[in-house]
Amino acid sequence: MIAELGHFALILALLAAVVQGSLPMIGAARGNAAWMAVAQPAAVLQVVLVALSFAALTYVYVVSDFTVINVVENSHSAKPMLYKVTGVWGNHEGSMILWILILALFGSMVALFGSNLPPSLRARVLGVQAWIGIGFLLFTLLTSNPFLRVFPAPPDGRDLNPLLQDPGLAFHPPLLYAGYVGFSMAFSFAIAALIEGKLDAAWARWVRPWTLLAWAFLTAGIALGSWWAYYELGWGGWWFWDPVENVSFMPWLLGTALLHSAIVVEKRDALKVWTVLLAILTFSLSLMGTFIVRSGLLTSVHAFATDPERGFFILVLLLITIGGSLMLFALRAPVLKPGGLFSPVSREGGMVINNLLLAAGCATVFLGTLYPLFLEAVDGSKVSVGPPFFNATFVPLMVPLLFLMAFGPLMPWKRADLAGVLSRLKLAALGAVVAAGITLYMEQGGPILAVAAMGLAGWLFVASLVEWGDRIKLFRVPLGDSWRRARNLPRSSHGMTLAHSGMAIAAAGMIGASVWNLEEVRNLRPGESMEVAGYSYRLEGVAQLQGPNYLSDMATISVTRDGLPVAVLTPEKRLYPVQNMPTTEAGIHTTWVSDLYAVIGDSDGRGGWAVRIFHEPLVPWIWLGSLVMVLGGLVSLSDRRLRVGAPSRQAKAKAAPAGGHPAAAE
Amino acid sequence: MTQRLLFLLPVLLFVVLAGYFLWGLSPDRDPQALPSAMIDNPTPDFDLPPVPGLDQPGFASADLGKGEVVMVNFFASWCVPCRAEHPYLTDLAEQTGVPLYGINHRDKPEAAAAWLAELGNPYSRIGADAGRGAVEWGVSGVPETFILDGEGRIRYHHRGPLLGPLIEQEVEPMLRALRQ
Repeated sequence: MIAELGHFALILALLAAVVQGSLPMIGAARGNAAWMAVAQPAAVLQVVLVALSFAALTYVYVVSDFTVINVVENSHSAKPMLYKVTGVWGNHEGSMILWILILALFGSMVALFGSNLPPSLRARVLGVQAWIGIGFLLFTLLTSNPFLRVFPAPPDGRDLNPLLQDPGLAFHPPLLYAGYVGFSMAFSFAIAALIEGKLDAAWARWVRPWTLLAWAFLTAGIALGSWWAYYELGWGGWWFWDPVENVSFMPWLLGTALLHSAIVVEKRDALKVWTVLLAILTFSLSLMGTFIVRSGLLTSVHAFATDPERGFFILVLLLITIGGSLMLFALRAPVLKPGGLFSPVSREGGMVINNLLLAAGCATVFLGTLYPLFLEAVDGSKVSVGPPFFNATFVPLMVPLLFLMAFGPLMPWKRADLAGVLSRLKLAALGAVVAAGITLYMEQGGPILAVAAMGLAGWLFVASLVEWGDRIKLFRVPLGDSWRRARNLPRSSHGMTLAHSGMAIAAAGMIGASVWNLEEVRNLRPGESMEVAGYSYRLEGVAQLQGPNYLSDMATISVTRDGLPVAVLTPEKRLYPVQNMPTTEAGIHTTWVSDLYAVIGDSDGRGGWAVRIFHEPLVPWIWLGSLVMVLGGLVSLSDRRLRVGAPSRQAKAKAAPAGGHPAAAE
Repeated sequence: MTQRLLFLLPVLLFVVLAGYFLWGLSPDRDPQALPSAMIDNPTPDFDLPPVPGLDQPGFASADLGKGEVVMVNFFASWCVPCRAEHPYLTDLAEQTGVPLYGINHRDKPEAAAAWLAELGNPYSRIGADAGRGAVEWGVSGVPETFILDGEGRIRYHHRGPLLGPLIEQEVEPMLRALRQ
């Protein structure tokens, strides 16, 4: 009964979306206020219905109702409760419901908090949002209904893919989807602006918080996914340039560009056409990510649900959404009037370079990801594009980005004095030298490029702090005054400092992890030990354990350095009997400067075990830096100017100089 | 006008992309399928001993490429798909008369002997392989089947069980072509 309720709620949600997608749009075109006003209640009704449907699906999972096929295929009565719940979105059908729920949630937020938006813009945004909803509701109801029954009901389920039975991955999809779907807001605003033929600072002020929120979610989602791959797959790596990773990374790159270009639209009324295009492309890449992962178009180590028939449906959806919006862009974007002028050396100029580098980076990832498909279509040969390609193309684009990131925040709007900016970066140059020096000392050399790269991370980190220190006149006025200045500084300013320094920390982590990591495999008997990077790893023993729905060989490895105990690692090799699938659980101890990482392999049948030890310098900084970036996004989001939403259009002129350098801006 | 065209560029690029996507979705395309690196290469050097307990010779690379077309099949008694392809292989060997050489992969000799006794033995020679041979032949699992031409070069390589339609569409035409 509950499953049918969920199904009906989903059908009703589709009807609500149809109303939300039609009447307000017509109302906006005809200037009919009553029709436009239908959008808000329809959006709220839609989210309530989708939430009901989601709750129904969660319920059948929690009570393990094996008359529902989806539960049979992805759950098991012995599974821990946490994974029964997360199993709801650990499969294709359920994840679509989650996708739609998040989409509807975003729409309802515009309905509830958008009272200060111009009515026609709000009606159109909600209308576009509903169109996307209609597409995905139809897709789910027609090809991926999670509420289908099975008769006779099997006694137990087939269990969730054991790789997904993990706290890290349990929350990875919701965060990632919130990121993907969050970009639908920027998309809807862009389409609404194109239809209206009007785009101004108030528009940008509305787009920015949604983009920021989506960006923060996506950053967290990607970091969590990468962290999961790091400790669960047992390969010691954190990023593999796999198609599934790349499709989440591309919207991140363009979303980051959008985040910056929207500021230019907001403050300077420039880059409008480009920003609209970015908004469309960012969400298009999110949609394409869904398509590529679910259609089996590309080979990936972790594409869980693939089905070409569904792929065809999504392709049609993509054609309508992306093709339609780009066509609208081609027809309507020339109408948007260009705004403020600026000299190349200015904050706007910095944002343009930022956007160019990020977009170029996104294009290389795109080509690298889809090249195998293109090549196969042309001459039938199969290739796989791996890390060497991305290291050779993507990394060189990011190096100047990191270098120039130091300049941007120090430059005022319209026109900057390059010499003045350079003089303020002296301290950052010192930071670069110190970081490179420390690296040289710690690593006793190493590739000179890697040392220089660490210097670059140090440069960016110090530059971000210098900008912040300058703002609050740190050490130039009494500390109390600085504190007062810091409190008066807009939150978005703190947010930027956090996000940029987080990027520097993460970049240092990525460099360290790629250059100085060590790996050693040895066959050890209990009592024997091996040395890696100055640490001694002694295999104490391997015990057989019984988990709730798995069997485990758990090794105990004690780590010592110079005879002093450091940590005890307990890597596991698990077998999930229902799916007959083994998984590895790495044993990791972090010193915050490096990770000690152990994986237990197969027994040789004569008392020895394959033990694989990785020494992973600076890896924890990748997650730490990502966390700081997310924090930066959230702090920036709490900025008063974004919290109150779009101010009235008259306030535009007054708000323009805020956030820049009032003193420096002439 | 040129500016207008510039604005059309994104949608045009997308249409091209969508064309590739449409092609990529065609049902005969299997993105997981990997072409064999062994095609048109001579077999690796090997010398496989006979399976103990079986009254049949093993074989070495020197036994191949003597002007005769030969099929080489990797199998094991513990492998379920091997059991599925076994009757097809038997028929194929009988009807075409092409010698079928077996490579018994990581198997217990007594289990292999029992398996062949139960299902019948279509192989004219069987070599025992502890695992090394599979690596050299680029085999990723059992069963896999190769067809070698008279000069001992690999002309056909199939991963997975060789079943009815595949034999008609690929194996038999290949054998016919090679024997002419």
